[in-house]
Amino acid sequence: MIRFLFARLALLVPTFIGVTIIAFGFIRLLPGDPVLLLAGERGLSPERYAQLMEQFGFSKPVWQQYLDYLAGVLTGDLGNSIVTKKPVFDEFMALFPATVELAICAIIIAVALGIPAGILAAVRRGSVTDQAIMGTALVGYSMPIFWWGLLLIILFSGILQWTPVSGRISLMYFFPQVTGFMLIDSLLSGQKGAFQSAVSHLILPSLVLATIPLAVIARQTRSAMLEVLGEDYVRTARAKGLAPLRVIGLHALRNAMIPVITTIGLQVGVLLAGAILTETIFSWPGIGKWMIDSISRRDYPVVQGGLLMIALIVMIVNLTVDMLYGLVNPRIRHT
Amino acid sequence: MIIRRSMKAALLGVSLALFATGAASAKNLVYCSEGSPEGFDAALFTAGTTFDASAKPIYNRLVEFKRGTTEVLPGLAESWSVSDDGLEYTFTLRQGVKFHTTPYFTPTRDFNADDVIFSFQRQGDKNHPWNAYTAGASWEYFDSMSMPDLIKEIVKVDDHTVKFVLSRPEAPMIANLAMDFASILSAEYADKLAADGKMEMMNQEPIGTGPFSFVGYQKDAVIRYQAFADYWGGKQPIDNLIFAITPDASVRLQKLKAGECHVMPYPAPADLADIKADANLTLMEQEGLNVGYLGYNTRIAPFDNAKVRKALNMAINKQAILDAVFQGAGQAAKNPIPPTMWSYNEAIVDDPYDPEAAKKMLEEAGVSGLKMKVWAMPVQRPYNPNARRMAELIQADFAEVGVEVEIVSFEWGEYLKRSTELDRDGAILLGWTGDNGDPDNFLAVLLGCDSVGSANRAQWCDRTFDDLIQKAKVTADKEERTKLYEQAQVVFKEQAPWATIAHSVVFMPMSAKVSGYVMDPLGGHWFDGVDIAE
Repeated sequence: MIRFLFARLALLVPTFIGVTIIAFGFIRLLPGDPVLLLAGERGLSPERYAQLMEQFGFSKPVWQQYLDYLAGVLTGDLGNSIVTKKPVFDEFMALFPATVELAICAIIIAVALGIPAGILAAVRRGSVTDQAIMGTALVGYSMPIFWWGLLLIILFSGILQWTPVSGRISLMYFFPQVTGFMLIDSLLSGQKGAFQSAVSHLILPSLVLATIPLAVIARQTRSAMLEVLGEDYVRTARAKGLAPLRVIGLHALRNAMIPVITTIGLQVGVLLAGAILTETIFSWPGIGKWMIDSISRRDYPVVQGGLLMIALIVMIVNLTVDMLYGLVNPRIRHT
Repeated sequence: MIIRRSMKAALLGVSLALFATGAASAKNLVYCSEGSPEGFDAALFTAGTTFDASAKPIYNRLVEFKRGTTEVLPGLAESWSVSDDGLEYTFTLRQGVKFHTTPYFTPTRDFNADDVIFSFQRQGDKNHPWNAYTAGASWEYFDSMSMPDLIKEIVKVDDHTVKFVLSRPEAPMIANLAMDFASILSAEYADKLAADGKMEMMNQEPIGTGPFSFVGYQKDAVIRYQAFADYWGGKQPIDNLIFAITPDASVRLQKLKAGECHVMPYPAPADLADIKADANLTLMEQEGLNVGYLGYNTRIAPFDNAKVRKALNMAINKQAILDAVFQGAGQAAKNPIPPTMWSYNEAIVDDPYDPEAAKKMLEEAGVSGLKMKVWAMPVQRPYNPNARRMAELIQADFAEVGVEVEIVSFEWGEYLKRSTELDRDGAILLGWTGDNGDPDNFLAVLLGCDSVGSANRAQWCDRTFDDLIQKAKVTADKEERTKLYEQAQVVFKEQAPWATIAHSVVFMPMSAKVSGYVMDPLGGHWFDGVDIAE
């Protein structure tokens, strides 16, 4: 196990260097540059352009820019945004909790609804319930997020007025951010009604973000359950006269869960991708929108730094999951 | 140090608590802004969204635009005089003007000449300690308005008198000083930040003399301001001003309808009918100070021939463009400046839409089987909401007179760069929104000989036109200037370096409870003087 851990940690080094190269190179492959966009319709004289390119350090050879960037990264300095002039790391930390909070709520919804729906569909295979659940899952999976979000806003916020339209909390609440997680901060603030307001603001965006993972999890649960339900040990359990709920819930579900958990893990990427649209619709101040804005403005340091931070987090999560697999499942134990 | 930090935290806590407790009973105006500000030191930036959040609520300038017009009024300067040679501008400063008191700064003195000198010198003097106070600081507006060459020195005559000495006469100087980059900051606050080693906070925790003081900014979410009780212009009718950052236009409208905000900019054109029909909403509209155009490259044959350009202009059906692209929210442009701008030449007659005559003129000019490129911008702008569609309509119009058009487009930064190239192949769709309401800001910037290779995308240098606008630039008398600009527009029309397409109309939906809002022809969003019914 220790050897495995070291092997994985050693692998992180080339992966990390690879990520810095991709993060650095990716944005530079796109045409245009930040200085041109800064000037807009007004245009720049060639002299002023050269002067600004030099000031931002973009006139140096690309390899030198990369080495400067790498040196910065290794000393914990991701540089400053060209647009806001603020340190990239500070901006990331200010926005990341909002994205995480939304992603956690979305995954909870997706799991809490997706797994029971999948089980129900598997148990009632071929019935109207099964077809209804799988049909809904297919619709959910194919739904354009932007359109779906707006539809929910118009229905629940506009017509029914059950939920607020957008934002993280009602504007009447105002307290310093402690953790960056609005649910926690609203509780810490002690202001009456703040927590409820934060919850009500979370409902629609998490539902929208959960839609695709929910559909995927429901379908995956169904197929895994169907496979397991046909196994001999399940037939034996039934033959023994165990209660159907016990057979499904205890014997079948446990084994069906392995591929489902893998699927849930894979949804992290989907959540981050989905967050870009969801954050835009619901004016949610997270990293998805921040990255998109930075790409369109060619804010090189933000794109580089943001990608690197996201990649680092994914790498750490993957490593943790790998370790957990080893610990939890004896069949995948590493030596 | 620790004690000071905890003191500051306690003060911040108190002010947040005051803001929060006040929020329930106080008058709050919520503005659903379209984007996040880049920062709060306006002179560092060029985006309107940033100016709306910084220069307009927090700061004042020596002179200000009269709300709803481009007329210049006294601001922090009570009065000014210009020397006969037009080289010296002497400003008498308003006395008793207070800077904001916030948890992070308590001023010990009123506004004076030092603040004016600080605010400008840091932008112009490369050796000034505040010239590069934050990473990548550049003073784009100051530079692009030619201030570094223009301002020879700024002299403190006494505490309440400041003299700007120019290197050449410049008639638009006063209008320039009303622009956002000319906002006046506190030199005392700057000294404090420098002493504390926290200079970058100038861009994050601003101090100004404006109608609202800064309370807090939660990135990409909310900006909060409080009405400044000691504002020299009197306290505002509202107590708190809140910007709820809402990037999507449809969501902004839903928030407005749900009462989550009271004013919103930039509605989607498709929503206008819905807004007009809603009794709880008011829809204000104003002609934008902008122009959308098709600029030929006048250095390349056959577009170096004015007759060819004129013929192509006559082939364009502007009304069809207004209907399809602007959905009625625009008016046909005949001059390079919008009709709301002084010196607009009403007498000019637009080229008629006449494909037959255009065809004949092209034949007379010896042009047949012409193939050309039309560049369509990849972005939406107030002066051109859908460049691709516009290019397609022009393509169809030109086909009728026997001209084959290929539509090309590039990524926006690349588009802007390539469009300035002297040997650019093709006519380009672009436009302009005015900065300061002065005709010079359109005619010299977009069509002057000095701008060839940058903002002058037609690469057009006409000596008669250029002499007129250069003369107007150094003439102090407004009537005289008006005549010169009117003549310049006649030359422009004869020479036709552009096909002037349209001036758009800008819409501003708001709750019917809001009163006192005045639309800014320069496209800014101001909240001083705005009230809301309880």
